[in-house]
Amino acid sequence: MVKITIGAINKVPGSSKNYKTGDWRTLKPVIDMEKCKKCWICYKFCPEGCIKKTDDGPETDYDYCKGCGICAYECPFKAIEMVMEER
Amino acid sequence: MAKITIMGNMATALGAKLSRPDVVPAYPITPSTLFPEKISEYIADGEMDAEMIRVESEHSAMSACIGASACGARVCTASASQGIALMSEMMFIAAGMRLPIVMAVGNRALAAPINIWCDHQDTISQRDTGWLQFYAERNQEGLDLMIIAFKVCEDKRVLLPGMVGIDAFVLTHTTEAVDVPEQELVDEFLPKYKLELSLDPNKPMTFGSFGTPEFYQEFKYTQVKAIEKSSDVIDEVFAEFKKKFGREYRKIMPYKCEDADVIILTMGSMSGTARAAVNKMREEGKKVGCCKLTVYRPFPGKELMDLTKNARVIAVLDRDISPGFGGALYGEVSAQFVNEPKHPLITDYIIGLGGRDVLIENFEEIYDKSMDAVKKGRVEKPVEWINMNQEVL
Repeated sequence: MVKITIGAINKVPGSSKNYKTGDWRTLKPVIDMEKCKKCWICYKFCPEGCIKKTDDGPETDYDYCKGCGICAYECPFKAIEMVMEER
Repeated sequence: MAKITIMGNMATALGAKLSRPDVVPAYPITPSTLFPEKISEYIADGEMDAEMIRVESEHSAMSACIGASACGARVCTASASQGIALMSEMMFIAAGMRLPIVMAVGNRALAAPINIWCDHQDTISQRDTGWLQFYAERNQEGLDLMIIAFKVCEDKRVLLPGMVGIDAFVLTHTTEAVDVPEQELVDEFLPKYKLELSLDPNKPMTFGSFGTPEFYQEFKYTQVKAIEKSSDVIDEVFAEFKKKFGREYRKIMPYKCEDADVIILTMGSMSGTARAAVNKMREEGKKVGCCKLTVYRPFPGKELMDLTKNARVIAVLDRDISPGFGGALYGEVSAQFVNEPKHPLITDYIIGLGGRDVLIENFEEIYDKSMDAVKKGRVEKPVEWINMNQEVL
């Protein structure tokens, strides 16, 4: 169990990676690879750096994607759909 | 011990110098400007080995204090009024990060209307930031309390920032004789300090990191426990100070209270006037005493109750106002007594706002009004404004 430290000091560098902000998400981006033209506009616009470039096309990192929907809004080919996520 | 005559700002600056801070980030503001001026003079003359950071605002001043303090430096600054209001955001952070920064304050009113004179509103408004608060009656207290504040704040059981208030102009710009403690004795009293964990590029760490709902409440609890603990530490440090330098400090200093029907509770420079008024009224056979509150945070509620519980009225003087309620000190004194089956009547007097002089005759009026409540057995008007100029209303 994590314990309270004086001054909220965290001695582990880069530990924000341990906090999976994907938990915040309500809507989840789903990419339709048939519509995707690999223009990488979604990659450039993602404010969280959660879209990875791969040979097969963009890949979303659901551990940290907060579901803001900017990728879907910006996609000129309407290849990204925001769908309700159930956990 | 040398005796010199200096203004209040010089006294707090000298108290700071004797405490050997490493870093002094400060932004000048009336009536505290002479503090950073004096510090920069000390550094330029080679009398003080410290880094002075000239910042562009009070928000930056406190930010620089936090950064330097997190690196393990002993840090102090000075401000007042609007400057403290601008600092407020960072003051909460300094306390949450448990950094023992010490600030000298020239207590001044807040705008609007703009006013540069004595008033406690600036620091009273910051009472919930988590800082320790000391209020001085004289320049000597301003000097001594700076050294005391460093020692209390840096104690491992405390580790919190603290401020020392001296009244605008009444103290900041008034020359008084002050005993200057010898540097050697101050060094013994306040040795070099080392923060257990400090910022270091070779060992990266986060201070004041993210506190989710699972942790925030517990975090605040530990912070509050520390300021509660500081109450004992203050007593210890006051006792050690008396032993070393001969001057006595108490969280609340009573004067002729043992048999008093009316006890007048004051903070800051008006406490001296209160004692003079008590002397005058005692000669007239009135059973009146006064108490000076030196430590406002942590609030010395138990000590206050012990000193005042046998009085018939506690007359609380507030040089501040919480609009829509009354004086802040009044609220806290009342809360202290509310669960006691039997307690004195408690009355509030708003006095001396924006630099209005507090006079002996005002204390006489306060005594009369308080005794009136005793005769009636109840307080009809809990919050009264004293020395009002009805003609301008």
